[in-house]
Amino acid sequence: MKTDENTGPGATAAPVVSLEQAHLSYGPVLALRGATLSISAGECVGLVGHNGAGKSTLANVINGRLTQTQGAVHHRNADPALRNSQNAQNAGIRSVFQELSLCPNLTVLENLRIPYRNMPRKGWRRVARQKMLDALDLVFPGHGIHARATVGNLTIAERQMVEIAIAFADRDREPSLVILDEPTSSLDAAIAQQLLDHIKRFCAKGGAVLFISHMMGEIFEVSTRIIVMKDGQIVDDQPASQFTRASIVDAMGHVAPDEDTSGAGRADRTLGAEVVRAANGLNARAGEIVGLAGLAGHGQAEALAQIYFDHAPKWKSARQPEVVFVAGDRARDGIMPLWSILRNLSLTTLSEFSRKVMVDRSSEADMVQTWKDRIGIRTDNLLNPILSLSGGNQQKVLFARALASSAPIVVMDDPMRGVDVGTKKDVYQMIQAEASQDRSFLWYSTETDEILECDRVFVFRAGQIAAELVGDEITEENILNASFQMQEA
Amino acid sequence: MTSDRLRLLLPVLSLAVLLGAVFYLQPRAMSYFGLNLLFNLAIPVALATVAQMMIIMVNDIDLSIGTFVSFCACVTATFVHDTPLLGYGILSAAVLAYAALGALIQLRGLPAIVVTLGMSFVWGGLAVLILPSPGGASPEWLKTLMNFKTPLVPIAVIAPLVVAFAVHLLIKRSWVGVVLQGVGGNERAMERAGWSVVRLRASAYGLAGLFGVLAGMCLVGLTTAADANIALRYTLLSIAGVILGGGEFVGGRVSPFGAVIGALTLTLAASFLSFLRLSPDWQIGAQGAILILVLAVRLFFVRKEVSA
Repeated sequence: MKTDENTGPGATAAPVVSLEQAHLSYGPVLALRGATLSISAGECVGLVGHNGAGKSTLANVINGRLTQTQGAVHHRNADPALRNSQNAQNAGIRSVFQELSLCPNLTVLENLRIPYRNMPRKGWRRVARQKMLDALDLVFPGHGIHARATVGNLTIAERQMVEIAIAFADRDREPSLVILDEPTSSLDAAIAQQLLDHIKRFCAKGGAVLFISHMMGEIFEVSTRIIVMKDGQIVDDQPASQFTRASIVDAMGHVAPDEDTSGAGRADRTLGAEVVRAANGLNARAGEIVGLAGLAGHGQAEALAQIYFDHAPKWKSARQPEVVFVAGDRARDGIMPLWSILRNLSLTTLSEFSRKVMVDRSSEADMVQTWKDRIGIRTDNLLNPILSLSGGNQQKVLFARALASSAPIVVMDDPMRGVDVGTKKDVYQMIQAEASQDRSFLWYSTETDEILECDRVFVFRAGQIAAELVGDEITEENILNASFQMQEA
Repeated sequence: MTSDRLRLLLPVLSLAVLLGAVFYLQPRAMSYFGLNLLFNLAIPVALATVAQMMIIMVNDIDLSIGTFVSFCACVTATFVHDTPLLGYGILSAAVLAYAALGALIQLRGLPAIVVTLGMSFVWGGLAVLILPSPGGASPEWLKTLMNFKTPLVPIAVIAPLVVAFAVHLLIKRSWVGVVLQGVGGNERAMERAGWSVVRLRASAYGLAGLFGVLAGMCLVGLTTAADANIALRYTLLSIAGVILGGGEFVGGRVSPFGAVIGALTLTLAASFLSFLRLSPDWQIGAQGAILILVLAVRLFFVRKEVSA
């Protein structure tokens, strides 16, 4: 293997992997557009970008789990007869993703057996134990993990360490490129530093690493080259020394700010008394639209759920609920897939609009008809099944379900996922109108346009509120600054 | 390791308590002959429980194991006795059919509970076709084997332990078992590592079929005749046995020793109630009550483990 002189972007050996104008689309959605890059032995490439910028998609195209719809992906020593994922494995590409890929019911050493498919069969436990401990000692000296411990009994940090060690472990082939997606998210600072040191040693010995992180300090510490992604495109790809923290944030954000239409509804509303206050400091006043921003999975959904459960009655559903919920993951916690549009829309308000036990069919139909017209659900017949609607219209039904109730607080968990632009504009207007009638909205969104609609924004990082922005402070730059950890790791 | 032992502690304790109660009620059971009588019907139950464990290990559940064991018993009492070659051929085909079901369930993404429920009628129907009224006869060698007089400890105690140990080696120690447990633990990880989950699930079902066949054969060896409804209770007994023995419905957490001990406990519970001179009308209900009691204690154990 090559040594130190091979570091840096100008490495001469055949690249481990190279992409040429790779596109990937899910139906009409382009998740990756014209990605061109190559990663050579000895490089540590940092990959940064905002939510949905296409980082994970790019990583999955490189390791062959996703196949590009256009363009080409070349792995070193690839055999065109094999599939991408096979070629990636043969080239020694390994990945560690945030969702753990260990089997919790097996022991640490048994988990090495899963990816190490052609392990010698005789005395395999001894081999697996030795290789697993070697790998753990190499990456995390002094780890204190037993090879015979069941993975399910380990702490999250220990599991993450095992998973990383398996990726670097010596198997039938040596690792040539290790993709690490937020590997330090559950590690404490000392252990994270061990990992960073190992990455540097690994690259110095001729290995390559693709390092995805939102911790700027870590990115700058290990990367020889940094790739910035935005909207499925690679917008910048330069040696790390060419970047500063500020220039990376600039590259990640929108180049030109959108025309400022958002503040319009904001100013002329008077806010009422505080109606929500959570233990972590999150609060909202009557008639206020409060945004929850930050990178996905940093505790926003949990904070919303907490508020919902704090205000919802435990056992008996109230006739007039205090809080209603608009789900973002429609299929999982929104629609009743076998029911009609009408039944789906009236679900929350059934007890509110019914007398005693029986459902008042005619007032139910009136209410649904009113909301169909107000929110513009495109259907001829409200008795059609909900699944006959497009995704955007299904989402409108969920909005109408929540807004039709008299609840003063509306909690929204990234409700615009997969909704087209037209519908979004309609819903923004409706939210502004409802807010001016003293309804409060708590709105978690991963899209900056939506966050700009809010009166006040809480930026979450690692489960805590990192910043509270009001009025003119709500800009994409401020949100990005707060969601990425700027201080040294 | 320690938590696995903790999980095994409860089935062992509940077996010991029941055994103590039986010995207290009927001291004469404390003999070679008494133990053999208490436990000999536990051998087929233990084998059926191991079969169920194979299915639960890959996050599925088998509602057809009772009728399948009945079917195998009918085949053993007729074809295996009269025309051995054809008989063993049918039993091997049944094992292959089980493996094919596993592959089908994986390939088409079908819920195992529905497929096996449907298959339970198929096996039950075939059993009635083969043996419309109770009868048949056990192959001579099988009868001899099941009534073999082992020195000191009766075969009814040795056989379940031998079964448990063999399955433990296969599932907990060999790499095949590790990979099969992996399917229950994290199916996506297996797929990503390049394993064929279709093949693995088929193997797990094939193993279940094999142990189902063994259960049917042992049952005929003990009873010397068969009946199309002989093992209907085994479906629920086997599920209860696996769970009682420290297994989980999802997550690939199973214990061969636990499952076998669970099966022994459930068999013993029936004898215990007879010794209590409880009217047969109440026995099934009382057996259910014992099961609920033990599972409630187990839930308490598991909660403690989670919070620790």
